[in-house]
Amino acid sequence: MKQFLYFIRKEFYHLLRDRRTLFILFGMPVMQIIIFGFALTNEVKNSRIAILDNSKDEATTTIIHQLEASRYFDIVENLNSYSELEPTFQEGVIRMAVVFPEQFQSSLLHTNAAPIQLIADATDPNVANTLTSYASAIIMDYQNSMRETKAFPYAINTELRMLYNPQLKGSYNFVPGVMAMILMLVGAMMTSISIVRETELGTMEVILVSPIVPIRVILAKMVPYLLLSMVNIVSILLISVYILEVPINGSLTLLLFECLLFTLTALALGLLISSISNSQQVAMLISLMGLFLPTVMFSGFMFPIENMPIPLQLLSNLIPAKWFYYIVKDVMIKGTGLETVWKETLVLVGMLIVLLTISIKKFKVRLE
Amino acid sequence: MSNRVAISVSGLTKQFGDFTAVDAITFDVKQGEIFGFLGANGAGKTTAMRMLCGLSLPTSGKANVAGFDLYKESENIKKNIGYMSQKFSLYDDLTIRENNRFYGGIYGLTDEQIKEKTQFMLKHLHLESQADTLVKALPLGWKQKLSFSVSMIHDPKIVFLDEPTGGVDPITRREFWTMIYEAASRGTTVFVTTHYMDEAEYCDRVSIMVDGRIEALDTPAALTKKFDVKGMEEVFIQLARKAKRSDN
Repeated sequence: MKQFLYFIRKEFYHLLRDRRTLFILFGMPVMQIIIFGFALTNEVKNSRIAILDNSKDEATTTIIHQLEASRYFDIVENLNSYSELEPTFQEGVIRMAVVFPEQFQSSLLHTNAAPIQLIADATDPNVANTLTSYASAIIMDYQNSMRETKAFPYAINTELRMLYNPQLKGSYNFVPGVMAMILMLVGAMMTSISIVRETELGTMEVILVSPIVPIRVILAKMVPYLLLSMVNIVSILLISVYILEVPINGSLTLLLFECLLFTLTALALGLLISSISNSQQVAMLISLMGLFLPTVMFSGFMFPIENMPIPLQLLSNLIPAKWFYYIVKDVMIKGTGLETVWKETLVLVGMLIVLLTISIKKFKVRLE
Repeated sequence: MSNRVAISVSGLTKQFGDFTAVDAITFDVKQGEIFGFLGANGAGKTTAMRMLCGLSLPTSGKANVAGFDLYKESENIKKNIGYMSQKFSLYDDLTIRENNRFYGGIYGLTDEQIKEKTQFMLKHLHLESQADTLVKALPLGWKQKLSFSVSMIHDPKIVFLDEPTGGVDPITRREFWTMIYEAASRGTTVFVTTHYMDEAEYCDRVSIMVDGRIEALDTPAALTKKFDVKGMEEVFIQLARKAKRSDN
């Protein structure tokens, strides 16, 4: 046991003396959360739009006022004819144009049919979708306010309720994603690098000649990164709760337990990577290409897995981050307990056992 | 030097696929002896040494190291041998004291023992003032001597040195050999590989490996006499010239 403690102490010396890496390890989660939280959001604000009002009556003026009053739109151009539309889009001045036909108000009042055309720049389809739906919502609001004064015989109202995330905040989605990314990166990459470095230095030979049992070497390599990951988990959760106002609706204990489970899986992967790579650079490349990218792509946090072709959907099941992402979303945002995430938890436990078994077997007790 | 045997090897062989790196070597090393293990690059000496240290499993043959069977009692062997690898094997980002604590620790020494050993070692190497200096700040010669001392921290019966003096200046090499003599005089068996033929002359006995086999084994004086040459260098060249294998 004492042997083991000496080993862990040495690992901490390595970790604490490498200031630059340490800074990256602790700084990265904070940076990523802040970047995702404040810079990279899917929410659309102050989008520049143009108006082509062929009617210029009371109704169109009111709608235009309401569009301008919302925080989503900035009216930057008032166009006079259709022919100006295309060039304005091509110049990239606007993302959307709202076109009112002639005699808008009178058709609305007399024929009960008044079309408004929304023309959006769909080079970025997501933004185009968001903008048109915001605009439609504002126009519907106007129609509803009219309904109060003038009686329409029939009307179907759809009432939307966004469960679990009523304000549609992007942070509810990326906090679990960033957690998966950070834990995978710190766990797998740093563990594999720290083992491969010993092989490169020749110190691994000396350790293997000594009476220390290989399993203790493995554990001593994992402990510091396990602790480091726990620190990162806590800092991510603190920033999420207090700065981004993402709640922890479920049990904190369960959430921390699941984080621990996922971290252990990442550490086991790191161990496996270390046994197949012969230099620190190779270990780093395998970690980045083989773990980090799939984590980002197949966990479902950037791209919805439901939309992927079936083979990719099947492939995504192999990515531990996918299961972790489900679990964190359920526990943290929906506030559910183990009764809804036990299947995902079992999958992670299974992956951990398989990975640990393989990597301990592969850990080179004898250097061939 | 006593007549007790520290290492006993018979028919030890290592094959990598079709390639026989070590071909049925047989020899004994006596306790307290400085045994020079020579051979050209690729002759198989590192592989042989790694088998004796338990870093590589033999294909066939028998070996007994420090009184323990290589196959059945490898755990006991590990406790009784020290090893200094070809690559420099201390941690650059740790101080001398911390390196000692780590290596002493994994050999199961107590804090007291480690402290005592460290004091002795620092005094012996005149490094008292550098105890808390990071190893990377030390000159290579010191690192090498330190590395040797660390490999002896648990008072092993046998110490294996794999080309310990590669890349250091002649003065440091001389000092290094003084340390080897001191270790041997305290009863430690020293098993050393080297490329320097002047160092071969310092050994009690030397073996010369060619193409995985031991072609000569005797005291340096007996070998020079047998081959009727002036020194070990010529003995080595005569034998190594017969090699069919080139560098691996």
